[in-house]
Amino acid sequence: MSIIRVENLTHVYSQGTPFEKVAVDNISVEIGRGEILGIIGHTGSGKSTFIQHLNALLKPTSGRVFFDGKDIHASKETARDVRFQVGLVFQYPEYQLFEETVFKDIAFGPKNMGLSEAEIAERVHEAAGFADVPESLLEASPLELSGGQKRRVAIAGVIAMMPQVLILDEPTAGLDPVGRESILQKILDYRRETEGTILLISHSMDDVARLATRLLVFDKGRIAMDGTPAEIFDRAGELKAMGLTVPAATEIALALRRRGVDIPESIYTINYLRKQLVSLREGGGAC
Amino acid sequence: MLKDITLGQYFPGNTVIHRLDPRTKLLGLICYIVALFLAKSYYSYALMALVLVTLSVLSRIRPKTLLSGLKPLIFIVIFTGVINLFYGSGEPLVQFWIFKITANGIRTAVFMVLRIMLLVCGTFLLTYTTSPLQLTDGLEKLLAPLKVIRFPVHELAMMMSIALRFIPTLIEETDKIMSAQRARGASFDTGKLTERAKALVPLLVPLFVSAFRRADELATAMECRCYHAGIGRTRMKELHFAARDVVALALCAVLIAAVSVLRHYGL
Repeated sequence: MSIIRVENLTHVYSQGTPFEKVAVDNISVEIGRGEILGIIGHTGSGKSTFIQHLNALLKPTSGRVFFDGKDIHASKETARDVRFQVGLVFQYPEYQLFEETVFKDIAFGPKNMGLSEAEIAERVHEAAGFADVPESLLEASPLELSGGQKRRVAIAGVIAMMPQVLILDEPTAGLDPVGRESILQKILDYRRETEGTILLISHSMDDVARLATRLLVFDKGRIAMDGTPAEIFDRAGELKAMGLTVPAATEIALALRRRGVDIPESIYTINYLRKQLVSLREGGGAC
Repeated sequence: MLKDITLGQYFPGNTVIHRLDPRTKLLGLICYIVALFLAKSYYSYALMALVLVTLSVLSRIRPKTLLSGLKPLIFIVIFTGVINLFYGSGEPLVQFWIFKITANGIRTAVFMVLRIMLLVCGTFLLTYTTSPLQLTDGLEKLLAPLKVIRFPVHELAMMMSIALRFIPTLIEETDKIMSAQRARGASFDTGKLTERAKALVPLLVPLFVSAFRRADELATAMECRCYHAGIGRTRMKELHFAARDVVALALCAVLIAAVSVLRHYGL
C-alpha cells in the first residue's frame, strides 16, 4: 500500500495578480512504503513546491494529498501531525539552527511533539548517532561548527522526530566531496535501519543514480517521467531536451553502445563502468 | 504572503515621469508636501488631488496600485479622521454624551484624511517610478552641500541603497526559515501572546545570524573591489538636468504659488 497519495495537485502562486505562476500543474502520484524516490528537475520545475505539499506546509490550490489513507488537510490537527510523520529537510538547512546548544536544537522537533524529557534525550542521542554528530559536540553552540557538521545537526533535528517519510531537498549542495559522501552514506544507513521511505531531491544525477529505487522527473510543474533509474537514464535525449543531464558514466556507456561496444544498458556509476570495460578487455571483447 | 508587501517597490517604465531626474522628483515631492500643508480649502485640496491624478496618468501607474499602498495605513487614516471629527470648535451639529460633532470638525476631519492619503500616494508615486538606485543617487547629489560640514552624505546614501536592496532578500529568507521551523512543528499563529512571542525566537535568531553573515560577505566583496567611500569615485550614469526637469520644477513653483494665493484669499 502506498504511504503518500497525491491526487490532481495544482498549486498557483500569487493567484489573481500580475505575478501569477502555476508552480505545480495537476500532479497525481503514489509513493510506496520503503521507496527511495529520487526527484530531479530543472530549477523552477516545481519540485520544491511539490514536496512542501507532502507535509502540509503549503495548501494545494486544488487537489488533495493523502498520508496513510487520510486527507492531510482534513483538520488543523492532521496538518500538524503529518509534519511529524513526514520530515522535511530544506535546502541549506544549517541556516535554520537557532538554539544555544546542538542538543537543544535537535530536541526542538521532539519537544514540539510533546514528548517527555527522557524520551527527548533518547531521541536526540539516537538521531545524533544516525546523522554522525559526535556526542562531544552536543553541548557546543551550533554556530561554532563547520559547514558539514551544521548540516548533519540540521538533518538530525528532523530525524529526531522519527518521521515515517524523510524528504531531503538537495542535501549535498555546497558540500565538499568528503562531506557529500558521508551524507549520502548516512542516508543509506538510515534507510537500512529504519526501513522508512525517503524522498531525495537532487541536481546531481550521480547522487540519485546511486541511491534511488525510483525516479520522478519534473518539468514545468508536471511529472514528465516516472520509472526506475534504468528506464529514466535510457531516455538521455529527452532529459537533455529538458535541460537535465545523465550521470557521466551513463553518458559514456551510451556513447560506447552506439558504437557497437557490448556493455550492459544500466550503467550509472563510474566504478561499475570501469569493471565492465576491464572485463571486456580481459575477455578479448570488441575493444 | 510576506512577498505581497509593496514597500519601496519600483515599477519600471519609460514615461516622462520615469525619465525625470531623480533630484527633480525628490524636490517635486518636497514641493508637493509643502503645498499640501499650505492647503486650507476645498479648492486647494481639489487642485492637489488633480495634480496627483495627472501625475499617475502620466506615469501610467494604475489608481488601484496607488491606492493599494494605503492599505497598511488604513487604521491611521480612520483614526485621524475620527479624532478630528470630535475636536472641532463652534456650534455642535450633533451632540451625545461628551461627544459633539461640529461643521468645523467635519471639515478638519475630511482635510486631515485627504492630506494623509495624498501625502502617502504622492510618496508612493515617487518610489513606484524611481529605482532605488536612482533615488539614492539623487539624494546623495541633493545633500552634497552638507559635505562642507563633514556630514557623511555618501555613506548615508550607500547605507540606504544597501538597506533597500536587502529588503526583498530578507523577506524571502524569513519565509524560508518559517517554513523550515514549521516543518519541525513550530507554529507562529496559535497560542497566547507570550507563547507567540516565544515562538519568534526560532525565527529571529537564524534571521539575525544570516543578516550579519550577509553583511560580512558584502563588506568583504566591496573591499575586494577596493571600495572606499566618497572621494574620487566616478559614476557610470551621471545625473543631468534636462529641459523637462526645468519645466517640472517651474510647475512645482507654480503649484506652491497657486496654493499660497488660494490660502491668502481664504479659499
